Amino acid sequence: MSDASGWRCLGPLQRLRQRAFLCAQIRSFFAARSVTEVVTPVLSAAGNTDVQIEVFSSDGLHAEQSGSYLRTSPEFFHKRLLASGSGDIFEIAQVFRKAELSPLHNPEFTMLEWYRLGFQWSSLAAEVTELINVLRAAFELPVMQVCSLSYQQLFVNLIGLDPFAIDEDGLNEVAIAHGYHGAAMERVTALDFLFAIAVEPRLEHDQGYLIHDFPIEQAALAAPHPEYPDRCLRFEFLWGGVELANGYQELTDATEQRRRFERDNQSRLQSGKPTLPVDEHLLAAIDAGLPACSGVALGVDRLLMCLLDCDSIHQVMPFNAGNS
Amino acid sequence: MSTYSTNQFKNGLKILIDGDPFSIVDNQVVKPGKGQAFNRVKMRNLKTGRVIDKTFKSTEKVDAADVMEKEMQYLYSDGEFYHFMDQETFEQFAASQAAVGDNAKWLKEEDVCMITLWNNDPLLVDPPNFVELKITETDPGVRGDTSGGGSKPATLETGAVVNVPLFVPEGEVIKVDTRSGEYVGRVKQ
Repeated sequence: MSDASGWRCLGPLQRLRQRAFLCAQIRSFFAARSVTEVVTPVLSAAGNTDVQIEVFSSDGLHAEQSGSYLRTSPEFFHKRLLASGSGDIFEIAQVFRKAELSPLHNPEFTMLEWYRLGFQWSSLAAEVTELINVLRAAFELPVMQVCSLSYQQLFVNLIGLDPFAIDEDGLNEVAIAHGYHGAAMERVTALDFLFAIAVEPRLEHDQGYLIHDFPIEQAALAAPHPEYPDRCLRFEFLWGGVELANGYQELTDATEQRRRFERDNQSRLQSGKPTLPVDEHLLAAIDAGLPACSGVALGVDRLLMCLLDCDSIHQVMPFNAGNS
Repeated sequence: MSTYSTNQFKNGLKILIDGDPFSIVDNQVVKPGKGQAFNRVKMRNLKTGRVIDKTFKSTEKVDAADVMEKEMQYLYSDGEFYHFMDQETFEQFAASQAAVGDNAKWLKEEDVCMITLWNNDPLLVDPPNFVELKITETDPGVRGDTSGGGSKPATLETGAVVNVPLFVPEGEVIKVDTRSGEYVGRVKQ
């Protein structure tokens, strides 16, 4: 920023008060439910291996450590707290993801993450809907109608395609019909393409969507579906076409979690990306006994954007990648 | 052949898709939370002018189209090709009727046009925004009536037909906006 007013924060000052009001509402929602607010580290010796998320790195935290990573989510520390016996917890956390910049992305953003012991994914999804409607009421918006659909139903309803009954070649053909240009995609990438390019733009602007039972390839830290081995207990909440929250009924099997982390690193190697040290503390915590629980992460900047009917999260951030 | 990565995409960048040159009009990054990022791109086919949507995996490489724009002086037409000269190198280029298209009606010898070259061949010819052309044929106007109100068609020396105010006579040189095809004013000789 070379112009003389480049030091100023972005957007009207009212946004600062609206964000503070939103955070206060979130805190009172959880206080009423006896969910404890926690603060967990931004820097960790372990990184997120997720193939589609790039981590920032920094210096070691002590003399014997060669380096550290900025969190892409507070999830790993939260699970260590849960396994330590913390009970229900939430955090409003600054998180960091390299090279993500668009009207809906900034490399540093605010994530609300919470965990509920003994909840099935569906109970947590219901709580997400409740939180959204409590916040809408606080912002003087009417109750949002929320449509609950499986990932499969969503695809069938909006683009007439059953994602579990079509092979990789078939998915690529459909992707090309929707304007994809490039080398043939793997099944999981082709599904990402259709979700982002074909499905999301067809969602109704002011309607909520709870999408559940995602493909097992997109499970990350979610438990497998008890009936369908090709699906997992992951859900997303979308406000119109905006992905607002991503939740799991958590995987509590340390061996399976290690296998997924290692497969992530294999895929990272294959696509020429750096591998990351697996979080051994997390795996040990899951092994020691992560209680049955569900957890969800919600983008606070996107939520504020939707509540204020803005078009971009940059309209609700005083500082972003351009002036940080 | 040189390539661009999707993170170099910006408006005006020229890329080659299925053998045709395109110019990027809009570029948007779309990324599902735990998924692959994509660039959703609107681009204009420089041969047909049609705008299409294509989506690329982010960080994918795309061939660059060897397209550049150069100012050149219009020399003459031989009936089949329109000949232009680069005034710096004195190199001459022949543009096809397809490249010139409708803009032929604005081409006046010695005027400087913007030529889009693809693989060193003229692909598009853009006339200057304003041209000064002589009226070769129009109905006699009402002399002294400069109050406006009412217009008449006038044929210009290049064959273009534009509407001019009633008082503008045959033989007069007028200024025309080639983007709208509208009369701007009379040119004092």
